Amino acid sequence: MLTWLAVALGGAGGGVLRYWVSGLVTGYTGEVFPWGTMVVNLTGALVVGALAVLAGTQSWFGGELTGLLILGFCGSYTTVSSFSLQTLTLMQAGDWSNAFNNIFLSLFGCMTALWLGATGMRLLLAGGMP
Amino acid sequence: MNPTVTLWVALGSMLGSLCRYAIQQGMPAEAGGLIPLGTLSVNVLGSLIIGWFAALTLPQQHPMAALHRRQFVMTGFCGGFTTFSIFSLETLQLIEAGAWVQAWANLGLNGTLALGAVASGFYLGRWQSKTP
Repeated sequence: MLTWLAVALGGAGGGVLRYWVSGLVTGYTGEVFPWGTMVVNLTGALVVGALAVLAGTQSWFGGELTGLLILGFCGSYTTVSSFSLQTLTLMQAGDWSNAFNNIFLSLFGCMTALWLGATGMRLLLAGGMP
Repeated sequence: MNPTVTLWVALGSMLGSLCRYAIQQGMPAEAGGLIPLGTLSVNVLGSLIIGWFAALTLPQQHPMAALHRRQFVMTGFCGGFTTFSIFSLETLQLIEAGAWVQAWANLGLNGTLALGAVASGFYLGRWQSKTP
């Protein structure tokens, strides 16, 4: 029951931060390429990589924290629905190169960011970083 | 940022996240060594809903066309329901387990099915909004 509450709280917080961050980024970059969604998905992947390593190795990182931070916060902070809608909009405008770039950069960029987050946290835990 | 819209986004994201969690609990990631079907389901379903709702509420006279209502459903619910980070995390877990076929299948299926769903939803919504 506590995990459900944690997911609800994390989900609300992650959604609001996504709304703010993507709005802020879009304000700087304009709407030709969906950088707002790209930035939340990349940063969310980086953070979830680090958190998943903690959840897998640290006894204090239990089910409630996983619900709050991983499934709730990071789950809600990142989004597939805005990504697919914005890709469709690019395709409808005939902007196939940006549509392709958005798909490619989202899929492989997020995998890379996640790996960096996980590797960074593993190094940090091993004491390999200053 | 508009505080009323922010509140609606928070509420929608909370509901979306809870629905996603319920589906992910019901469809565990390791089921039979397949790809994580719970996350694939929410990403495809959420894309279908956002495409449908975006097209349906494009005409200003639609009762749900007000900014805070669109943001509640699209940025809030659909955004909280779908997830890029958990999808990427589960893909990396497949890679680290040596399940390369499932990892590529997960990337390919999430990408193509979500795009197919958003297009299907969009053209359904546009067709409905043009029907008197």
